[in-house]
Amino acid sequence: MSEVLIEADRIERQYWRDLWSFRELFFFLVWRDLLVRYKQTVVGVSWSLIRPFLTMLVLTVVFGKLGKMPANGLPYPLLVFCGMLPWQFFSTAITESGNSLVSNANMISKVYFPRLVITVSSVMTSFVDFLISAIFLVPLMMWFRFAPPIQVLYFPFLAMLAVGASLGVGLWIAALMVKYRDFRFIVPFIVQFGLYLSPVGFQSSIVPSQYRLLYSLNPIVGIIDGFRWSLLGGRAPLYWQGLAISVVEVTSLIVSGIWYFRKTERTFADVV
Amino acid sequence: MNSEFAISVENLGKRYDVGRMHDPNDGLRHVIESAFRSPLAAFKKKLHAKRTKDFWALRGVSLQIQRGEVVGIIGGNGAGKSTMLKLLSRITVPTEGCIRINGRIASLLEVGTGFHPELTGRENIFLNGAILGMRRTEIIRRFDEIVEFSEIGEFLDTPVKRYSSGMYVRLAFSVAAHLEPEILIVDEVLAVGDAAFQRKCLAKISSFARSGRTVLFVSHNHDAVRNLCDRAVWLKNGHVQEDGPAGLVVDNYFEAISSVAAFSSQNHEYGFTVKSIVLKNSRGKRSLQFSPGEDMIVELHYLAEKPLEQPYITFGVTGKMGSCFTANMLLDGNRPAVLHGAGMLACRFKALPIFPQNYTLKMAVRTKSGEDFVIDYSAVAYFNVIGDLANYGFKGEFLSRVPNSTPVVVPYEWHLPDGTVASFSLNDALNQPRRLTEAVSLP
Repeated sequence: MSEVLIEADRIERQYWRDLWSFRELFFFLVWRDLLVRYKQTVVGVSWSLIRPFLTMLVLTVVFGKLGKMPANGLPYPLLVFCGMLPWQFFSTAITESGNSLVSNANMISKVYFPRLVITVSSVMTSFVDFLISAIFLVPLMMWFRFAPPIQVLYFPFLAMLAVGASLGVGLWIAALMVKYRDFRFIVPFIVQFGLYLSPVGFQSSIVPSQYRLLYSLNPIVGIIDGFRWSLLGGRAPLYWQGLAISVVEVTSLIVSGIWYFRKTERTFADVV
Repeated sequence: MNSEFAISVENLGKRYDVGRMHDPNDGLRHVIESAFRSPLAAFKKKLHAKRTKDFWALRGVSLQIQRGEVVGIIGGNGAGKSTMLKLLSRITVPTEGCIRINGRIASLLEVGTGFHPELTGRENIFLNGAILGMRRTEIIRRFDEIVEFSEIGEFLDTPVKRYSSGMYVRLAFSVAAHLEPEILIVDEVLAVGDAAFQRKCLAKISSFARSGRTVLFVSHNHDAVRNLCDRAVWLKNGHVQEDGPAGLVVDNYFEAISSVAAFSSQNHEYGFTVKSIVLKNSRGKRSLQFSPGEDMIVELHYLAEKPLEQPYITFGVTGKMGSCFTANMLLDGNRPAVLHGAGMLACRFKALPIFPQNYTLKMAVRTKSGEDFVIDYSAVAYFNVIGDLANYGFKGEFLSRVPNSTPVVVPYEWHLPDGTVASFSLNDALNQPRRLTEAVSLP
């Protein structure tokens, strides 16, 4: 039998142990969110495919056909889809995880469990959607008779980087949202502008080279470039410096996000 | 590791910053703006706020609860009961002091937490179990027990949003009850569900206690605390007022709250003071809880510095759906010749024809003319009617809807086509003999 000591103004040593003992709750929450999302819908989980497909069509028309952006000989829909995949994951993940604590306020104020479970599981829920959308790449590549290069082996690493970016930003927003509901308005802005500030509908190589480093300060730039490089190969060359910046930024976002989340977590129940 | 105690609390305190919590300026803009404008002013304001707006929900509380003890926690609203439970169940952290807990703890602060309306009963059992800290294998093992206890039967695969509130609560309670913790914290869950299920819950809780587990029980139902607990802790304004044998503490608590002059009012113009309003039961004991069909005596203790001639006095009982009944001198024409000096006037409401709900007693005192108010018609006391309607012959399947029912029930009879006659009344209670013995055993 374990003894629990709760003291004022001390980080509980048993936190990480608790987190481990509540590991199944992660999966239950993901399962709940997925189950609930498609209840009372007609086409159900197909929405995870329809949404990116339609977005891909629109972006292809706007950027490729009307904007006449360069494609380096790649099929434009494929180019767009590889950029949209991480972007859509990132944007839904930060929206969902940002809201996760507030929308589960009743649980937070009534039951104890490590609150990280809620926010992390909402990122995982978006990740499941991401995986479903990614399946669409297979018929798309077959349609364009395009074989993925050998770098596709790096895809899992890049996917993890996208998870990391979502988690780092999500933790910050979730914890801030508890106290400052202003983020309810800020997040849609990030998502809306981010679509144009990140190379979703175009390639980042169109950015003049003297601004390329500055542009890469947006951590999503490195991730999207990485996705294109690993899925489409040499004709979407990787800007290594950008990816390195992303890795550093994502790491520090996660570390600082966990730190801030843990710092404010103790008062969530009083504030939310 | 000392395993003698289940819970040990030392010098526990919890402070809430009441003012700042509800400050509409506490938005992001305000924080940024004030930090830029004058960092010093913001700091000063913070200091000032600390001085004036802090509220200690709990302070200096020390308790030792041994393994296997069943402890009731009682106290009025705002006494710190909920804060205590939130601290013990680790939902929030103490501002000072420490808590030691030995063993797995489960708290039923509000049953059905984390239930998702769109999910079915089956799905919610798993989800709720996981939230309460159960392993999946554990839930699977107890699944049939949970379903059986909850009596939801065929509705297991129906989304819980289609459940009646009774079914919802039954399912939620049975998930939590099968958690099998070493320490169980129960808060007011028994205020819901029908009488039969409430009894079942109480039985479950006492079987918990008998199997050597620790139970912390917070309730307004003083009978339940008396019957279930060995020990009671009475919290008042965030402190432990009394800690001792349940029967004794509960008696003292009710003695105290019944004698508090909850209402007093003064009218200088007429020199008339209402010193207190006292409610008594048929045994003449002060009480704020009555059974259906019981008599309620309302005493008006007054001080009339100037003679108040032929006043009209009105008492009225109001439930949450509006007025229920009244005793009104304007209508019955029976009024005192004069009120002068200190005195008392009482009205006995016979056989309260009202269901178990919460009620408000209102009172007005009018002048001789009946036109002007000496005391405006306003709430002077609050009381509850509690009781198990099964003892009155009510056995409907939807008895759990009593809290939302029209409160007043006059004796009535059903005459069915087959000639059956069924009569119901809150008056001829089957529990009448029980009350009688209680009355006899009192000093």
